[in-house]
Amino acid sequence: MNLEKTIFAFVIVLAMTINFGFYLGDIDNPAHHNVYELFAAIVVSLIATVMKLGERTQIGALLLATSLVADVQLLIAAVVWAVAVQTLETGLTPPIMAGIVSLSGGALLANLVSVVLLVAETIMGRR
Amino acid sequence: MTHVIPLLFRRLRAPLVVLITTYAVATLGLVLIPGEKPGGEPWRMDFFHAFYFITYTSTTIGFGELPYAFNAIQRLWTLFAIYATVLAWFYMAMALVALLLDPAFRQAVNVARFHRSVRRIAEPFYIVCGYGENGALLTRALTDQGLRTVVLDKDQERIDALKVEGLPLEVPGLCTDATEPDALVQAGLENWRCAGVIAVSPWDEDNLSIAVATKLLAPSTPVICRVLHQETEANLASFGTDLIINPFRTFADRFATAVRSPSMYLIYAWLTGLEHQPREERVTPPRGTWILCGYGRFGKAMRHRLSQEGVKPVIVEADPEKTQPPVGTVEGRATEAETLREAGVEGADGLIAGTDNDANNLSILMTARAINPDLFTVARQCRSHNKSLYRAADVDLVLDAGTVTSREVLARINTELLPELLELTLDQDETWAGALAARIRAVAGDTLPTTWSLQIDNQRAPAVLDAIAEVGFAHLVHLLSDPRDRSQWLPAVPLLLKRGSELSLLPDPDTTLETGDRLLFCGRKGADRVMAWTAEDYNLYAYIRTGEERPQGLLWDWLASYCKGDSP
Repeated sequence: MNLEKTIFAFVIVLAMTINFGFYLGDIDNPAHHNVYELFAAIVVSLIATVMKLGERTQIGALLLATSLVADVQLLIAAVVWAVAVQTLETGLTPPIMAGIVSLSGGALLANLVSVVLLVAETIMGRR
Repeated sequence: MTHVIPLLFRRLRAPLVVLITTYAVATLGLVLIPGEKPGGEPWRMDFFHAFYFITYTSTTIGFGELPYAFNAIQRLWTLFAIYATVLAWFYMAMALVALLLDPAFRQAVNVARFHRSVRRIAEPFYIVCGYGENGALLTRALTDQGLRTVVLDKDQERIDALKVEGLPLEVPGLCTDATEPDALVQAGLENWRCAGVIAVSPWDEDNLSIAVATKLLAPSTPVICRVLHQETEANLASFGTDLIINPFRTFADRFATAVRSPSMYLIYAWLTGLEHQPREERVTPPRGTWILCGYGRFGKAMRHRLSQEGVKPVIVEADPEKTQPPVGTVEGRATEAETLREAGVEGADGLIAGTDNDANNLSILMTARAINPDLFTVARQCRSHNKSLYRAADVDLVLDAGTVTSREVLARINTELLPELLELTLDQDETWAGALAARIRAVAGDTLPTTWSLQIDNQRAPAVLDAIAEVGFAHLVHLLSDPRDRSQWLPAVPLLLKRGSELSLLPDPDTTLETGDRLLFCGRKGADRVMAWTAEDYNLYAYIRTGEERPQGLLWDWLASYCKGDSP
């Protein structure tokens, strides 16, 4: 067992699961989507990106790309949330919530690809 | 190949993770701690404001407690947040500084920078391996001729010297062991613009490995190799090294030429002369008795060539056990008058000081001159910084291995056809050479003549091709005329014409030119540019051919033909 590999896989899978937890629920219902979960998803996703930085293999480059996609999507979702709550008088309306959740859905897809790549690399490495 | 950016991120992974985690914990804490609005109404900070607060706090900007004043618990957490995030930033900065100071990282940066500047070279370039005395002189000579070079050397000090040398072109240099194949690849060996590898390290072993690596990795790339030992020479020749330069033997060859035909030597010296060096003047080494001091590699080469010319030198050698000189050698130090007298210096015509020590060589020269002031003197200069001493000693001919090597390399790569010319002149006699030397002196005056070649093709001589198509002929004399005044000659001498595989020496000005002809000229500096101009410009060429200024542009062309047609 390799501790470094374990931590690496842990962070990547965690990024996906938290993201999934946030995504779960009615798409336009603010009560189904927790702001703490979004925060955690962003933090874990950023850490996952840093872990992937500096890889020189082809799969490493793909992993980094998917992670960057997830970061971008989640950060935009967070910005939309903050703008809605802080500046709009109506607050989190269902259409805005739907936008935020669909953005996180995109990030979830990217994270899913990330995990698939990780699994593929692990299987390829086992001879 | 080391990549800098991935290396940077790999090394900064830990500080980056620490930074993100600290920010996350600090922000989350602020969100979770209950606070109050000024009225006492309970209030929780949201993520947006918490992140905003942590951002300006951790960078020690400090806008105050926004949006509402904090309570004691929030302040306690803020204390923690400030120390934690500022320390995380410090950790990050320290890691970055440590990385930038790391010799391995700096080498990676140097390699990447070197690689980039090699890739940016948009012209054919040569890889010079070894930036010692030979390499430095050669690099200067090549860049003076406008040829791009890339330098590799094991010694960082020499690469630093290259950077402050002030060469006319940018020369990328890297401190690396050129005998490692990777180093050659980094220097662009596999780049299609790489025109050749020149191995001039002081060690034969290194030059040999460089030549082998080049021939294996890029078989079509020419390799020029400098050697000092005969065994290495045979080894290099066995796998097709394109040019092997043994400075001792080359000098011995040239010296033999000078003995046989002084003018021929002069022509060689002029055509292969280096800028920044005084132009050589005519020397006439006598054919009589010679004394050869030092029977090392240089002495052996000199004796061999001299005996081919029918000159048998008396050898003086201090350590006959080691060098195995022939019978009849005078044993002893040539620096002492006694030994020189024994070798017959009083009645000798020439003396060669060929030991591997500059102080000894100079001492030999001074002692011998004191006994016999009429001696013709030849000396081997071992270190280039002793140049001024040899000049002061007023030696007739000096062997400086760096100069000899650079000349040979330039003669081979700088000008097309020059090697062919030098080969052809070997069959000519002193009268022929004397006449040619006089012609070159007449056009070049006291300056070092420059040599250039011209190919009659669409790219370099469209005007000549145009004339052939239009009136059916073009003469060499057209190229040799001055386009500013056609009654004047350009200061240039046509040396060689190559048509197909046929070579004609000193072509006549009335020779007709054909497509695909290649010509070699020598002449005063600047004449090459004027000739290139004539060969390219239709109007100039037409003026030289007909003596008429041709109208330029369609309108004037039409007007001219209109006037000609109308006026009877």
